Amino acid sequence: MSTDYKPNSKLDPNAKFADNERLKTQSNFLRGTIEADLKDQLTGGFTADNFQLIRFHGMYQQDDRDIRPERSKQKLEPLHNVMLRARMPGGIIKPQQWLAIDKFAQEKSMYGSIRLTTRQTFQFHGVLKPNIKEMHQMLNSVGIDSIATAGDVNRNVLCTTNPVESELHQEAYEWATKISEHLLPHTKAYAEIWLNGEKTETTEEPILGSTYLPRKFKTTVTIPPNNEVDVHANDLNFVAIADNGKLVGFNVLVGGGLAMTHGDVSTYPRKADDFGFIPLEHTLKIAEHVVSVQRDWGNRVNRKNAKTKYTLDAFGADAFKAEVEKRAGVKFEDSRAYEFTHRGDRFGWVEGIDGKHHLTLFIENGRILDYPDKLLKTGCRKIAEIHQGDFRMTANQNLIIAGVPAEQKVVIEQIAREHGLINDAHTNQRKNSMACVALPTCPLAMAEAERYLPDLVTQVEGLLEKHGVADDNIILRVVGCPNGCGRAMLAEVGLVGKGLGKYNVYLGGNRQGTRVPKLYLENVGEDVYLPALDELIGQWVSERQADECFGDFVIRKGIVAEVKVSKTDFHA
Amino acid sequence: MLLSQLSAAASPLTQEQVQKLQGLVAELNPIQQAWVSGYLAANANTASLAGNVGATASAVEAAPLTILYGSQTGNAKSVASQLKSQAEARGLSVNLVNMADYKTSALKKEKFLAIAVSTYGEGEPPEDAEALHAFLGSKKAPKLEGVKVAVIGLGDTSYEFFCQTAKDFEQRLTKLGADVVYQRADLDVDYEEQATQWIAGALDVFEPDLKAQQQSQNNVVSMGLSAPVAQSQYTKQNPFAAELSVVQKITGRDSTKDVRHIEISLEGSDITYLPGDSLGVYFLNDEVLVDKVLAALEIDPETSVKIGSETLSVRTALIEKLELTQSYPGFVEKYAQATNNPQLLVLVEDKAALREYIEARQIFDVILQNPAKIAAQTLVECARKLQARLYSIASSQAEVEDEVHLTVGLVEFDAFGEKHFGGCSGYLANRAEEGVKVKVFSEHNDNFRLPANDETPVIMVGPGTGIAPFRAFLQERDAREASGDNWLFFGNPHFTQDFLYQVEIQGYVKSGLLNKVDLAFSRDQAQKIYVQDRLREQGAEVFAWLEKGAHFYVCGDANRMAKDVHQALIDIVKAHGGKDDEQAEQYLKDLRSQNRYQKDVY
Repeated sequence: MSTDYKPNSKLDPNAKFADNERLKTQSNFLRGTIEADLKDQLTGGFTADNFQLIRFHGMYQQDDRDIRPERSKQKLEPLHNVMLRARMPGGIIKPQQWLAIDKFAQEKSMYGSIRLTTRQTFQFHGVLKPNIKEMHQMLNSVGIDSIATAGDVNRNVLCTTNPVESELHQEAYEWATKISEHLLPHTKAYAEIWLNGEKTETTEEPILGSTYLPRKFKTTVTIPPNNEVDVHANDLNFVAIADNGKLVGFNVLVGGGLAMTHGDVSTYPRKADDFGFIPLEHTLKIAEHVVSVQRDWGNRVNRKNAKTKYTLDAFGADAFKAEVEKRAGVKFEDSRAYEFTHRGDRFGWVEGIDGKHHLTLFIENGRILDYPDKLLKTGCRKIAEIHQGDFRMTANQNLIIAGVPAEQKVVIEQIAREHGLINDAHTNQRKNSMACVALPTCPLAMAEAERYLPDLVTQVEGLLEKHGVADDNIILRVVGCPNGCGRAMLAEVGLVGKGLGKYNVYLGGNRQGTRVPKLYLENVGEDVYLPALDELIGQWVSERQADECFGDFVIRKGIVAEVKVSKTDFHA
Repeated sequence: MLLSQLSAAASPLTQEQVQKLQGLVAELNPIQQAWVSGYLAANANTASLAGNVGATASAVEAAPLTILYGSQTGNAKSVASQLKSQAEARGLSVNLVNMADYKTSALKKEKFLAIAVSTYGEGEPPEDAEALHAFLGSKKAPKLEGVKVAVIGLGDTSYEFFCQTAKDFEQRLTKLGADVVYQRADLDVDYEEQATQWIAGALDVFEPDLKAQQQSQNNVVSMGLSAPVAQSQYTKQNPFAAELSVVQKITGRDSTKDVRHIEISLEGSDITYLPGDSLGVYFLNDEVLVDKVLAALEIDPETSVKIGSETLSVRTALIEKLELTQSYPGFVEKYAQATNNPQLLVLVEDKAALREYIEARQIFDVILQNPAKIAAQTLVECARKLQARLYSIASSQAEVEDEVHLTVGLVEFDAFGEKHFGGCSGYLANRAEEGVKVKVFSEHNDNFRLPANDETPVIMVGPGTGIAPFRAFLQERDAREASGDNWLFFGNPHFTQDFLYQVEIQGYVKSGLLNKVDLAFSRDQAQKIYVQDRLREQGAEVFAWLEKGAHFYVCGDANRMAKDVHQALIDIVKAHGGKDDEQAEQYLKDLRSQNRYQKDVY
């Protein structure tokens, strides 16, 4: 163990550290034997510890699960490949970067897609081992990397996309980038392995520690009133406080997180606690020390209880906060007032205060691909070829063509329409529904999500129409497993995969994303939850109060109990 | 013959040996017996190669009939093997040797020589015959006065220099003073029938002299040990109807190749085999195509025809008895005459055009594209007998007991708007269902054997379906816990789709059985990479392995791969052994004569 690690005092001193701690310790600062694995021609996968270590470099080993049994019979190993998640603080990507990733996805990935994700970045799916180095070098050539977008580190930093208040956004975005850079691992392993960088020796990780964090760590910079980043899904949030349109500081929210484990009541989704306000100049120091306290106090024995949210519940939020203040030498001021009113993206054109125009496109499931009936990927490429502004990936997996001069609006909209990137037939319901990737590539998925969502939405649309509220919507999220990627644990209706065709159904989140939903039906199929939703939507339509959203309705009516304190209420 | 009926008089063993053997066998289960039979066969094989003076060697002081073969596709080898078994059936002493393995120093001692050799390309000898062919034409060749020789050539009449190598051999032997005692036969691709006739005729000539000589030396000729110990009652002529238990595609769904892993149960038969052996498989022609042919020729499927002494319906004959896929000039010639088809009659006069014509067509195509009024019996007589296809066995009985595994590449191509499949591979992959009976026999191949010494390292080069015998080798070495190092070179187009037996190979690497694996996936990068390139990359180590006594095996494509691998070996020996071209060739020749460089190519 590293010397800077102080064992969690509440733990049994003889408890055995999780195996991931061993592998981080032995990894020589994330190098492992990845280079030897790259030369191993026998397998398309990574072996032993390297399987985990490549995550710290932004990749997951996956395989095409649809054909796993078939390949087993063929005496072939699973079709191993990697998924890459880029580091794009704030989700901003320039047209020339877009063209480069478009080309790579087309030529060198099995699925040929660019997948926008809830981490406000893009993923390549299905890159075979011989193409991995080339992928990183291509990204590097256009100024992109994938350092620390997975693994026990601070991952891609989110930032509200808000293109309207352009100056405020610019400031917030710059902070997102600075925080991302500040919390990056210091090891040069990434450059050495993937970019043929010079071999160096790493002796310490000043912020993350030589054994990195106990578990993944997620950070956002948020501009109220939009909560598109879902602050309560994140360990650390900087909520922008502005004075006359000028950023003055942040409220710091700590300890949100949605991951849980089926059947393990010691795990639960939890909202973040508001530690108070800090002026801008303390931002990096506070970020560093929320991380350092979690680094030193987080549970390294049981990975299921290792995230910041559990550290807060184990030690008390006040103790955690006091330790951060002590280490940073900064006192949190009283929280400043702010309000979240919504989470969804504003589709269509908006004009920013700088006079530029911004077009938000709804990308179902975030999957940018050329489908037979809609050439989404070609459309985006054609826009990138003429676009003078930038692209912004939203935390809702959508895409903004930002910074369009007035004279280009027509041509960009025309391209978008020709390629199905704008489809007036998409309902509000569809635009407010979301799924994680799940099958066939995600190894954790227990049920379908992305591939099921379009059909499920059609059914829910049918229910809304049946009850006469076709234009209304319910925030609906489907995830293949309980690990949180699709943020179902902040939805009004959240489906969490249990097995093929079976989901746990959670109800009672709200529009703003400030309430965790509660289990309503366990391990059921469509035959159970669709009739149940039918009935509940019927009740909602006939009995709701003015503007009452579905999630608020089911709480008010006591259909599910409200989760106020997750630790005690969620499994109650 | 059952061992319980064995008597010393009918075997080369003493009565005491027979009793000991019977005692041992009584304790063994069939699997153990099979293993022992293989063990003894391999042992006998090595003993004779090492020049040990065993029972067989001392018993045959008189010159045997030496049969030398030089084969490219296996036809010459097959004829030579047939000659051997026919000679043995007549009680003659025989020595069957691949020309590549023949020591030219033995020439002086020869008295009876039969040559079976094919011709390759534009009148060139097959690779295995190159050295002997050159030697006989050189000044170093000894006088061969009084040596009785007979030559049989295998070729393809569609080539200009038809059977040229056979002609060369006969001419060179004659020039050295040998007597040609039986007229040379130059046979086309449908050689079987004429080969059988030639063999009978040649042996009629050789037999009296060989017998007179053997009797004068008062030698008892022992046949027992020269043939495999466990000679099955099931043969090419009398195959065993075995259950096809598994047909599994082992290339990925996006592969350009369709390779099947086949498992056949030998349960109920006495067939045994050793790693390196082949399995002969009979197959049924595609009923749909047969019906199409009969419809096109307006022949009633139930029409009776005679094949030899057997009477059967023409439909059954076409499905079960006759070659309808692998085309050859003889068919076109006969069919042209039988149908009096003017275009075909012109075509068969132009050998080059005919060759091109049949290369693009299966026999089915020839008929379907030239329908005519033809009697069922005439049609049947145009075609030659369906030949079993030989596949290198991909399993060891030490591991799979009474199963036999094959690795079969499905031959498929598009022509004339239709999908075409190979006769046997199409049958196994598309038409035969698991559970049906397929007629099989094992064909022993003592020229492709693991080293008798388990400590000897082996290098195996088997791209594509050439991996098959090496799977058998690895199973065998694993079961025997052989301590010798194993190094595999494998190649195919794509890693993700075509890595045959990938999971097994990974397992063998993990367990330590396979010490090294080098892979060449030709189409995974812009520049194509083949096994020979990997060999060159590893040249220093390959040479070091050879120097420490490794055996080197090649299996797969004869036309390009085996030649490229041979050239790579020469380059390696030159580069890392500090030798010139001639010395490098000699180095490999020495490896061959020590049976350390063996090929199973097709």
